[in-house]
Amino acid sequence: MPEIKDLVKGLAEAHGRTRESLIPILQGVIAHENYISDEAMTEIARELDISAAQVYGTATFYSFLDTQPRGKYVIRVCKTITCAMKGKSLIIQELEDLLKIKLGETTPNRKFSLLETNCLGWCHKGPAMLINDEAYTELTPEKVREIINEYIRK
Amino acid sequence: MSYTQLKRVDLIFDTEATTKDILQTAWSKTNEQIVNELLESGLKGRGGAGFPTAMKWKFTSEQPEKERFVICNADEGEPGTFKDREILFKVPQKVFGGMAVCAKVIGATQGFVYLRGEYRFLLKELQKQLDDFHGILKDLGINFSISIVMGSGAYICGEESALFESMEGKRGEPRNKPPYPTIAGFRSKPTVINNVETLVYAFMITKHGAKKFKDLGTADSRGSKVFSISGDTPKAGIYELELGMTVEQFVEEFGDGDTKAVQVGGASGFCVPRKKFKDTIIGFEGVPTGGSMMLFNSSRSMYNVLHNYLEFFEEESCGQCTPCRVGCQQLMKGIEAVKKGKKHAAYLEQLMKLSQTMKITAKCGLGQSVANSFSSIVENFKEEMIY
Amino acid sequence: MAKNINLKIDGITVSVPEGTTILEAARQLNIQIPTLCYHEDLCIAGNCRVCVVELKGARTLPASCAMPAAEGMDVLTNTLKVRTARKHIIELLLSEHNAQCTTCYKNGKCELQNLASEYKISNGETFIDLVPSKNYQIDAYSPSIIKDDSKCIRCQRCVRTCEELQHVSALGVAYKGDKMKISTFFENPMFEVVCTNCGQCVNRCPTGALIERNYIDQVWDAIYDENTHVVVQTAPAVRVALGEDLGVDTGEIVTGKMVTALKRLGFNSVLDTDFTADLTIIEEGNELLTRLKRALVDKDPNVRLPMATSCSPGWIKFIEHTYPEYLDNLSTCKSPQQMFGALAKTYYAQKRNIDPAKIVSVSIMPCTAKKFEADRPEMRSSGFKDVDFVLTTRELAVMIKQAGLDFAKLPESDYDSIMGQSTGAAVIFGATGGVMEAALRTAYEVVTGREVPFDGLNITAVRGMDGVREAAITIDGTKPEWNFLEGVTLKTVVAHGLVNAKKVMDSVRDGKADYHFIEIMACPGGCLGGGGQPVPTNKEIREKRAKAIYQEDTGKSIRKSHENPEVVGIYAEFLKEPLGHKSHELLHTHYKARQRY
Repeated sequence: MPEIKDLVKGLAEAHGRTRESLIPILQGVIAHENYISDEAMTEIARELDISAAQVYGTATFYSFLDTQPRGKYVIRVCKTITCAMKGKSLIIQELEDLLKIKLGETTPNRKFSLLETNCLGWCHKGPAMLINDEAYTELTPEKVREIINEYIRK
Repeated sequence: MSYTQLKRVDLIFDTEATTKDILQTAWSKTNEQIVNELLESGLKGRGGAGFPTAMKWKFTSEQPEKERFVICNADEGEPGTFKDREILFKVPQKVFGGMAVCAKVIGATQGFVYLRGEYRFLLKELQKQLDDFHGILKDLGINFSISIVMGSGAYICGEESALFESMEGKRGEPRNKPPYPTIAGFRSKPTVINNVETLVYAFMITKHGAKKFKDLGTADSRGSKVFSISGDTPKAGIYELELGMTVEQFVEEFGDGDTKAVQVGGASGFCVPRKKFKDTIIGFEGVPTGGSMMLFNSSRSMYNVLHNYLEFFEEESCGQCTPCRVGCQQLMKGIEAVKKGKKHAAYLEQLMKLSQTMKITAKCGLGQSVANSFSSIVENFKEEMIY
Repeated sequence: MAKNINLKIDGITVSVPEGTTILEAARQLNIQIPTLCYHEDLCIAGNCRVCVVELKGARTLPASCAMPAAEGMDVLTNTLKVRTARKHIIELLLSEHNAQCTTCYKNGKCELQNLASEYKISNGETFIDLVPSKNYQIDAYSPSIIKDDSKCIRCQRCVRTCEELQHVSALGVAYKGDKMKISTFFENPMFEVVCTNCGQCVNRCPTGALIERNYIDQVWDAIYDENTHVVVQTAPAVRVALGEDLGVDTGEIVTGKMVTALKRLGFNSVLDTDFTADLTIIEEGNELLTRLKRALVDKDPNVRLPMATSCSPGWIKFIEHTYPEYLDNLSTCKSPQQMFGALAKTYYAQKRNIDPAKIVSVSIMPCTAKKFEADRPEMRSSGFKDVDFVLTTRELAVMIKQAGLDFAKLPESDYDSIMGQSTGAAVIFGATGGVMEAALRTAYEVVTGREVPFDGLNITAVRGMDGVREAAITIDGTKPEWNFLEGVTLKTVVAHGLVNAKKVMDSVRDGKADYHFIEIMACPGGCLGGGGQPVPTNKEIREKRAKAIYQEDTGKSIRKSHENPEVVGIYAEFLKEPLGHKSHELLHTHYKARQRY
């Protein structure tokens, strides 16, 4: 895993090697790899000289610091109350049909992962979802199809 | 039906005066003047807890430890709240300005904005605005700088001590209090941590003086507030309104004609049923709110609403303290069991008692506030819980 | 001077120094407030919330462990509100807990069980059982420690122990909300991570979530098997703590009763690890002097100083993971347990004319890491597994109870021979600083021909409970063959608890210290505070055990290892000379580097 090693080393150099840089480093790994592998965590532990269990414990605390392999585009559909009221289930249904995966899964080509998440802060424009950092609101099944098709073409 | 619009206010999004002008006004005042104006204005924290802002600043400025920090809490995560996103999007410089004024008062040279991970799309523009702001500070000869710290998806990090933990690279687990942030916050140094909106109000009070703010609202709830309005309403969105209205007045303007309940203050707030609309004031004398107003019409199952909240809390609890970690699971499994007839309706009473225990024994505000929505929904919509 | 705070607890006024918590203030008044996550050795977590109290004027019930007393506070510890809240909290913990108490290893010794009993939690009142909905795992791969998540109440005592006392952090907290759990890295088995097997977490776990892997039944089987010869050795620290589990006061020495009990249990020969502790001193002392000679006289650049002790298997695993570049600084001596094991199936077997294949070698240790040590591939130099089964002090107490012995009333008896004789120097191996003191007693005398220049042989500078203790001793009046040491000031340091080991090793690594000899024990207080000792543990208990150990030393007729007649005998008959061929074969070893992260 020389790439991971280099990535982590670079991130540690950019953010520093104190405990405070742990989360920025984890976020940096996510930005490159879409998830934080055990190798990545081991390297981070080594760079920061903290225990691997502490890296693991910190990563697993945060919903966006995935420790399982994820696709290039991580879709997070808001499941909190107003989005639920405005048809979140239809959106998930549509995404499952489009991507041919179930909630929580990743497409075999590792392009998409489909997840639910808690309140995204778009309650007045629900249903909402994030694809990586990008927010999409006032979703309808038609709109979802358009968006996903665009990503498929990317 | 009389229709009088609620009073709109335009303090937050008003961009008449430039950031530089306001900063110059602030720097023409003594720290004591600024604190006194804030005190006089009656500004209370806009994140939901409502601690007088002036006192936070004052306590922090009085600490013997000289290294101090100002932190903007932009970890807006309360279901139904989205105003801070809008403020950061539209008037970021006013947020930074409020931080700079605070830094002047408490003697800090470093500030941080803790931005929730869900708002990462704001980061690029925010950083650009921040660079401009740093330019203004440089022009004015002010020694203060701000960094943006990104969250990674954890509601609990909006709790101030959990936020410090997170900034220190740890799990966002709330700390024991005391000590309070004013004494030992980020890096165990005296820290002022204010909500995004609070900082803008503080900034604007520095500009206008206390009177303009104080003349708005009621004795316990001075000024105006930015409301995030969602749910069954034709007018979902963000509104800055004078405080002091009743839920009835609110529903008159924002309801869809069939409103059966309003959730004031998000999942950790209170559910006000129709019969109490008239007598409930939105504010510290009635039901406080960080701005979240969710309307439900008669097509909604309040069981589903409560279940959704509990699922949220069960997942977003940090998990360290017993009442919150296990309590949330029990409340959720409990209402499921009653609904399915596996537990007698009387079990709801036991759950109500449990929620009261959570309210007084949980380590932080998250666990303590689960009882708010739980008891106000179960009490007022009992039949919906059972049948 | 800290100022004093006056407050009222249950109507009684009490004055306490500033910084005292409500819990501590209440204890001063002999008001017991229940606790679970609180432990005197650890920082305050305030997460279980069973210690909540009512504070007049406050909206919430603060956790008394985390709330500092303030002037004029009016605290109530036993109101309806408090009782209801505590009961709820205990019920909540039970609802997440696999409460099959009757078949739990900790049955009768579980703090949660005690609280449930105290608060008379009955079935009808409890909440929904959450256990079936959890995917709880049992990690039983380690030869030392079993981790059963279904018994865990998430108090994090283990996590704090592993971090604050040991600087290992093999255990951490992972996930959040209802999924929050105590976890190793990636939930790997304890066996595969940086765990040192020290068992300090086991000592502090309030429930059965972390327990030692017990070998009680295997040992009974060996005892009942008529074709075996079962020898048992007892570590120095066991005799000052065993009584605590058997109705004897803390700090009472129970050596004689223990020997009687072991004989009554049916062990064929009851012997003493202290014998090999004395032997360790001879081997290790000579090793140190040899290294000093090579460094000072031969100017050999390859000689590794400072030399570090190698008796503590928790420390060995720690250095393997954390400071592998210093493995050659370790004394090559095996621990006394393993020296004993190797000799039991060679020297002892020959002398007693027993087929070593039929010998079952059992050790009673204050330690969980010794179980792992006995399983090491390095520990088979007799041609067999040198030590077959390691029992903790706690397991021995269980066996004594199972055998129906009224321990407190047992008569005293002496160890069997051979390998049963020992000196005061060996006994103090059980306390932090003891190996250093024993080594100095012998080394100084070897070099100068005179006793160490301390009153009554008591080298008090290396004693005590401070985490790191330095001591220097200047050698003068050397015998001719040791004249290279004339005027040399021997610099030593003693550390206990791995967090202190780290401090010492960091200063060595950073070149900030020029020690010659380092003693490190993995556990706080040394072996007397070991992970296999009776529970509870705290500073006061450890100090009492230490006092007993030094008392036992003072009471011994022989107090220097080199004067142990059986040690003299084994060199004459079997080993021939310290660091000789036979010693190297049986008594010395090397360790290997392991992954830190």
